[in-house]
Amino acid sequence: MDLLEYQGKQLFAKHGLAVPSGEVADTVDDAVAAAEKIGYPCAIKAQVLIGGRGKAGGIKIAQNAEEAREYADAILGMDIVGPHGEGPFRVDQVWIEGGSEIAEEYYASVILDRGEKKLLAMVSAKGGMDIEAVAAEDPDALVKRHIDPSGFDAAAARAIVADASLAEDALDEAAEALVKLAEVAREEDATLIEVNPLIVTAGREVVALDSKVTIDGNSLFRHQDLAEIADTVDDPQEQMAEEKGLTYVKLDGNVGILANGAGLCMSTLDVVAQAGGAPANFLDAGGGSKAEAIVNALEVIKSDAKVSAILFNIFGGITRCDEIANGIVTASKQIDLGMPLVVRLDGTNSEEGLKILAEANLPNLHQEKTMLDAARRVVELAGSAA
Amino acid sequence: MSIIVDEGTKLAVSGLTGREGSFHGLRNKAYGTDLVAGVTPGKGGQDVEGTPVFDTIKEAVTEAGANTSMIFVPARFAAPAIDEAIESGVETVIAITEGIPVLDMLSTYWKAKEAGVRLIGPNCPGVLSPGKANVGIIPAQFFDPGPIGVVSKSGTLTYQIGNELKQAGTGNSSIVGIGGDPIVGSDFIDILKLYEADPDTELIVMVGEIGGDAEERAAEFIAAEVSKPVVAYIAGFTAPPGKQMGHAGAIISGSSGTAQAKKDALEAKGVRVGESPTETAAIAAEMLRSL
Repeated sequence: MDLLEYQGKQLFAKHGLAVPSGEVADTVDDAVAAAEKIGYPCAIKAQVLIGGRGKAGGIKIAQNAEEAREYADAILGMDIVGPHGEGPFRVDQVWIEGGSEIAEEYYASVILDRGEKKLLAMVSAKGGMDIEAVAAEDPDALVKRHIDPSGFDAAAARAIVADASLAEDALDEAAEALVKLAEVAREEDATLIEVNPLIVTAGREVVALDSKVTIDGNSLFRHQDLAEIADTVDDPQEQMAEEKGLTYVKLDGNVGILANGAGLCMSTLDVVAQAGGAPANFLDAGGGSKAEAIVNALEVIKSDAKVSAILFNIFGGITRCDEIANGIVTASKQIDLGMPLVVRLDGTNSEEGLKILAEANLPNLHQEKTMLDAARRVVELAGSAA
Repeated sequence: MSIIVDEGTKLAVSGLTGREGSFHGLRNKAYGTDLVAGVTPGKGGQDVEGTPVFDTIKEAVTEAGANTSMIFVPARFAAPAIDEAIESGVETVIAITEGIPVLDMLSTYWKAKEAGVRLIGPNCPGVLSPGKANVGIIPAQFFDPGPIGVVSKSGTLTYQIGNELKQAGTGNSSIVGIGGDPIVGSDFIDILKLYEADPDTELIVMVGEIGGDAEERAAEFIAAEVSKPVVAYIAGFTAPPGKQMGHAGAIISGSSGTAQAKKDALEAKGVRVGESPTETAAIAAEMLRSL
């Protein structure tokens, strides 16, 4: 789960790391009121879960109320596309914070290194720009050190910031900031914390001017405050899926997909794409074979107006295909799909399952024996994506 | 031979008194696995269909001779249960539980390493050595004994491939589900090492997916250390960046962890990568015939 900039900064502040004070607003009037309160110059920053906001025009400095109004009006409702083509992300909130007098711009992060199974601290004196580009151009400019699992103290942090050649008079404070970032990682179950830039102000204070934080979704049971943030999902289908306890990810295409198991579901998307189709979603039905689970899944898929055909790809292991077939038959009585449904049932009791479906003789239901044939069939039935 | 579980496996199941734990633990026993104990704190002295239950894993080791622990404990209590298993004296811990906080696993991972205990999972379907033992939730009916070792991040995808291998008339030395979490006890490399040393394994099928760099690391290892042929499959070519695709570990971060990068890394080291589960099984069966 990714946090918005201001949510990340609130988390930093909770752990004693200096951040500029500010307010969040979701209307132009509220944004102007916040700017008036904070004073000028102030930064008006789009709150979306993607980098590259500055380039996209999502961050502006207002010198007076007129500018605050102009910028808030332009930024709220803006669509921002990420550097790797992610999104677009609609801006529903802006964060207004006091302007900072920047003397130095650094980069600091603490991330989970999956390969080495340790937390990794990274620091660079070249902050405020794309850190991947900095690392590619000048690898020595980005200092990387694993954090000792048994502890991370100011001395260890100071060695890192000193190696990164930060300003001598800022080393102690920067080290302290790094220790706090590691503390946020451990205590808040963050798997990624990135501060770019971490600035030194004209008054030589170290302040986190931006934040990018990813919280481990599996840890939310022990973070009540973060769990509440997780409940606010934008996308209507993703919201609906979450309420129904389904693992769903929305994509752009017109072929609705339901499969059992995360790996098989990902593989189903790939096979549909290879057959020339465009998957509309990822939906892992898990071990859910009951009619209720199938109805829920079909309702979520169907609520995406782009979907014109659905593929149901099941490999029964513990889950029995005859139970799933009965679930499909019951579900089809409760929900009017109004579009073709291609079903592929294989694995445990697949013969019985196929027989149940054949006998039910459901309209608009197409059976295929293999995953590849099922993918081709659903792509054909879905027609070209709008 | 086979790897990790076999006729010598003496299994203790943490969570045997729970619904999932008893269902799968007893299924494993019915398959022929030597289920020697269940473990549930506070329920020591009871039994589950004749299998004695102990309060601690250590008692299951000393009293019932357990050498393998399977963890079926709910996510928020699972990491301490794995830690307990690591310290109990068993050789192998297989953690099925999904949803364990990753930072809990970070410390548990190092505890297992330091203790020299083999940890499989979490968030995995377990390990099956066809005809010998099954520890976990893998449906054994799709797998016959044979010369192909399978190592996979995914459950159902593995059953799909296993079923196609069976239809092609071949079978498996072992099937190891390493799990779909960002931090797992054993990576592809750990299992590839075991298959390389296992005389009954002639060919290895490796099933990966988006996220992390375990497949890229495995590609380097295969080129340097594995003499047996390896066939791979990678899921998630159509996954968008920044979205978690079911498994906690299946996420593309920025531009890293993509399926294409993994495929390229494997092919650069001469590993054939199937386009679909069906093609992967077909390549494996064909390569086996030409060995």
